[in-house]
Amino acid sequence: MVSHLFDHIDRSGSVTAPPSGGDYAFDRGFRGIAWMSAAIILALVAYIIIEIGGKALPAMTQYGFGFLTSTTWNVQESQFGILPEIWGTLYSSLLALLLGGIFGVVIAIFLTQDFLPARLAVVFRTIIELLAAIPSVVFGLWGIYVLIPLLRPVADWLNGELDFIPFFSTSLSGPGLAPAALVLAIMILPTIAAISVDALRQIPYKVKEAAYGMGTTRWEAILKVMLPTAGSGILAALVLGFGRALGETMALAMLIGNSNQISASLFAPANTLAALLASSFPEAGEVEVQALMYAALALLAITLIVNVVGLAVMKFATRKFEAER
Amino acid sequence: MNSSMPVTDAPLRLPSLHRAHFEARTLQSGILTASTWILALVASIPLFSVIYMLLVEGGSRLDWEALTALPPSAFEMGGGFGNAIVGTGVMIGLATLISVPIGIFSAIYLAILDPDSKLAHTARFLAKVLTGFPSVLTGVFVYAALVVTMKTYSALAGGVALAVLMLPTVVLAAEQAMVMVPKKMKDAAFGMGCTRAQVIWKVVLPTGLPGILTGVMLGIARAAGESAPLLFTALFSNYFLSSLSEPTASLSILIFNFSGMPYDNQIELAWAASLVLVLIVLVLNITARFIGRQKF
Repeated sequence: MVSHLFDHIDRSGSVTAPPSGGDYAFDRGFRGIAWMSAAIILALVAYIIIEIGGKALPAMTQYGFGFLTSTTWNVQESQFGILPEIWGTLYSSLLALLLGGIFGVVIAIFLTQDFLPARLAVVFRTIIELLAAIPSVVFGLWGIYVLIPLLRPVADWLNGELDFIPFFSTSLSGPGLAPAALVLAIMILPTIAAISVDALRQIPYKVKEAAYGMGTTRWEAILKVMLPTAGSGILAALVLGFGRALGETMALAMLIGNSNQISASLFAPANTLAALLASSFPEAGEVEVQALMYAALALLAITLIVNVVGLAVMKFATRKFEAER
Repeated sequence: MNSSMPVTDAPLRLPSLHRAHFEARTLQSGILTASTWILALVASIPLFSVIYMLLVEGGSRLDWEALTALPPSAFEMGGGFGNAIVGTGVMIGLATLISVPIGIFSAIYLAILDPDSKLAHTARFLAKVLTGFPSVLTGVFVYAALVVTMKTYSALAGGVALAVLMLPTVVLAAEQAMVMVPKKMKDAAFGMGCTRAQVIWKVVLPTGLPGILTGVMLGIARAAGESAPLLFTALFSNYFLSSLSEPTASLSILIFNFSGMPYDNQIELAWAASLVLVLIVLVLNITARFIGRQKF
């Protein structure tokens, strides 16, 4: 308490006053609460890991690493393995990353490289951001009643004409990998576009002017100067987009078919870790819940690693420009 | 002009500065520009398709009964999702009550009190990690932490799950908003002899309020549309909410449940509920943007 320091000042007739003891107490309490709130974030993450890890422990000791490489999920015989789900998660996310990545980066270029007048660019950017706001279940519903009927004739034609290619080796009987990956691509596109836009915006304007000054065409400037300069930022966008795809749940649970099989075909039903959790958890018995907790832990580990890598790349990208300025 | 400069009649040999229209590199640029336009337009099709379907399929079914009645059973006609609207509202309210105070106070710590401390760096990093955290795992976590101990699915568990989801959005947006408050204003207040709490309470919070509100509303919008964390925390119920410790309906779970049913009535209701949900989310989003536009 420092209020006594002001005691010798003559304050008669003054409208100001030093902070009172109450003010200091308020200050202390206030800062204490703020410190606690920041600590809560740490505690929360630790609690999440401990809680899921702890509940997964019985299944981990029982099934060991075989859980990750086994392909059966049989509740009656207590046989559990998540290899098909890991395969489906990676396959659908990579497909989504391929599509969403191309579209996301192209849209970032479209928004930052003077394709549109500034006002229209804001409108278009808003459209892409609103895409991110549409709830996952609504995309699922749209996927079931719009996308799947639309894809079916295409899929059947591809399967009929090109069924020797493994990707087209089955027909699309309803839900399947292709509609799921497409919706996933739509859902991660705004994330990738937004982070790439930030990466491209960070490039000092003189870099672009220098390129144009050398007589490059617009695309020579973009491909040879802008994209390499923003490279690490765009990489971060792709990694974070991938992380988002890995954990996306509802749309996939509605569209992927929840089938426990490993197939290269784009039109075969499949399953992902997140969709497995969503579809099995509500009706699971005690033994199955333990296995599901193990699956949740696997998903937690995969997404944590991908996200931390993405954030690290992003930090590196930002730091690079701070040093250059 | 220097008159002593040697004058020659030889023509100056500059390369052509004119770029021919059908030169390979001009063509490449043109083709890529055209494909970019096409890709950008293709990318906006899904949004318009979703909105069109919502208006046509959902709009035709959206009436007072749909908004207020209880969900129909298998072969029943009519019905609605009144209880789901109430359930979503209550759980969002709970989530806001929990996450906003914690979020704003931790943002105060991160932005002003000790921005460079180890705790701040770790908390900021973890908040960013949490924004990319799969929402279904939030559900699993709350199931393990609350549903198992309370031995029942409940609105409370659903609210907590949504709060975990909202927290990082609120923290990061509020921190950003407080950092943006001009340093001059903070310095002036400190110069008057204010305590840190007074500076934050009387200067930083009121000035950063628009940005903080934007973050809160974006967090609410994100939570409102989520269903994965509610699947096994709040579950679903066919009746109106009567206490916080019982299974509770929500719009997103209703859409999920009804979308897979083989009955036209339920599917129509799923579209109508989607329209309501998207309207809520979009209105929150657009309002948030509008408030947040005010910049220093």
